[in-house]
Amino acid sequence: MQKSLKSRDNELAVTNKQLEILNGGIFADGELPYFKDKINEIGQFPLRPKKLEILQINVGYMCNQVCEHCHVDAGPDRKEIMTRETMLLCLDIIRNTGAHTLDLTGGAPEMNPDFRWFVEEAAKAGIKDFIVRSNLTIIRANKKYYDLPDFFKKHNVHVISSMPHYTRGKTDKQRGDGVFDKSIKALQELNARGYGMPESGLRLDLVYNPSGAYLPGDQMALEADFKKALKEDFNIQFHNLFAITNLPIARFLDYLIASENYEDYMYSLVEAYNPAAVSGVMCTNTISISWDGWIYDCDFNQMLDLKVASKVKHIKDYNEDIINDRNIIISQHCYGCTAGAGSSCQGTVA
Amino acid sequence: MADSYYNSADLRKFGKITEWSEEIGNKFFDYYGKVFEEGALSAREKSLIALAVSHVVKCPYCIDAYTKDGLQKGITKEEMMEAVHAGAAIESGATLVHGVQMMNKYNKLSM
Ligand code: SF4
Ligand code: SF4
Repeated sequence: MQKSLKSRDNELAVTNKQLEILNGGIFADGELPYFKDKINEIGQFPLRPKKLEILQINVGYMCNQVCEHCHVDAGPDRKEIMTRETMLLCLDIIRNTGAHTLDLTGGAPEMNPDFRWFVEEAAKAGIKDFIVRSNLTIIRANKKYYDLPDFFKKHNVHVISSMPHYTRGKTDKQRGDGVFDKSIKALQELNARGYGMPESGLRLDLVYNPSGAYLPGDQMALEADFKKALKEDFNIQFHNLFAITNLPIARFLDYLIASENYEDYMYSLVEAYNPAAVSGVMCTNTISISWDGWIYDCDFNQMLDLKVASKVKHIKDYNEDIINDRNIIISQHCYGCTAGAGSSCQGTVA
Repeated sequence: MADSYYNSADLRKFGKITEWSEEIGNKFFDYYGKVFEEGALSAREKSLIALAVSHVVKCPYCIDAYTKDGLQKGITKEEMMEAVHAGAAIESGATLVHGVQMMNKYNKLSM
């Protein structure tokens, strides 16, 4: 199995090195414009948040998979896990936030030993939309996770799962051998509980992100293809497909550089820049909290260790009004959010 | 300057052809864009046709572009290869069908 950049001592495990690449090269020598200049053209610099709608909490970088494109650099060897103490601070925030959506992510959030306790407590806060980003295979990884579909159902959790393709070959290439079969089995289990069925209130959405150095195509067309193939081949149903662009950070950046696709990919992103997507980028309505309680504009900035530009940087001092009054920290990876129809954790934005 | 007639980075510069002849350049790109929109044929079908034709006209830029386009549209490599075969079959058929002309001429000239 592949390992995380961190455990390989890869130079990109140092976030400064990633930022150096994103700020240098073709951008520094003027071949491509900086993101800042691009959004300045439409009066969006500095980028500012709008109303906070989504609280995204990353409960740890540990994962049962080591996907090649992972922007978290997650894997079984990552030990950064949110403690119950930090979760207690998060619960206070969840009870008092103006956000309507709570979005738990990782790694594989289910691998956090306090995950179930946290979900039970958070569900009591009565937040409108409670999302868990589950990688599907975790449900089949070990007996202790087999009941997850029932657990999700009990707490009316909205499940969002990654599925790179509806064919075995493409899925396993991106996410590892055997991932496709396990994911199919997990989806069938979720369907059996009512998840993803047409009239069901148990939401099951899939996330598609390209298995390589190219941008996602039209979200609706991809959704139609996925729906048709999964239904015909495996009798699987789901609600929506979110097409997400891979951002050039962490392992995906490593892949781009190693495969000599970095420049072409950045060109594609800049070429596909859509000014209409800027006002809808994720960081304008989301904040991201890390396993150790730091606050970021988004999960990507978290992985680049770019903490919010605010007096309040940690949840122990949490104050939503102060945090919302900030400039968002941007760099060239942000082009990933504004390419084509735009990209966010909820799919396209424009 | 790359010492080659085909330089893959030149594909990025395709849009620049409008700089030397703006009106017809833009007309071409408008037309091109329109052609590949969803219509009676899906954008996916058109992408596969474009990939097949790219091979027949042997344009390395088009092959790069429509391989990437196919990936973006979730087209599988098996579908892409079948499209290439469809193009190749037409191309070889177009050669072979001239064999009839050869036969006609042969027969006409022979006693
Ligand atoms: S992409 Fe998701 S499933 Fe894959 S290694 Fe990263 S966190 Fe785990
Ligand atoms: S990468 Fe983060 S900060 Fe940049 S545009 Fe996307 S959501 Fe906003």
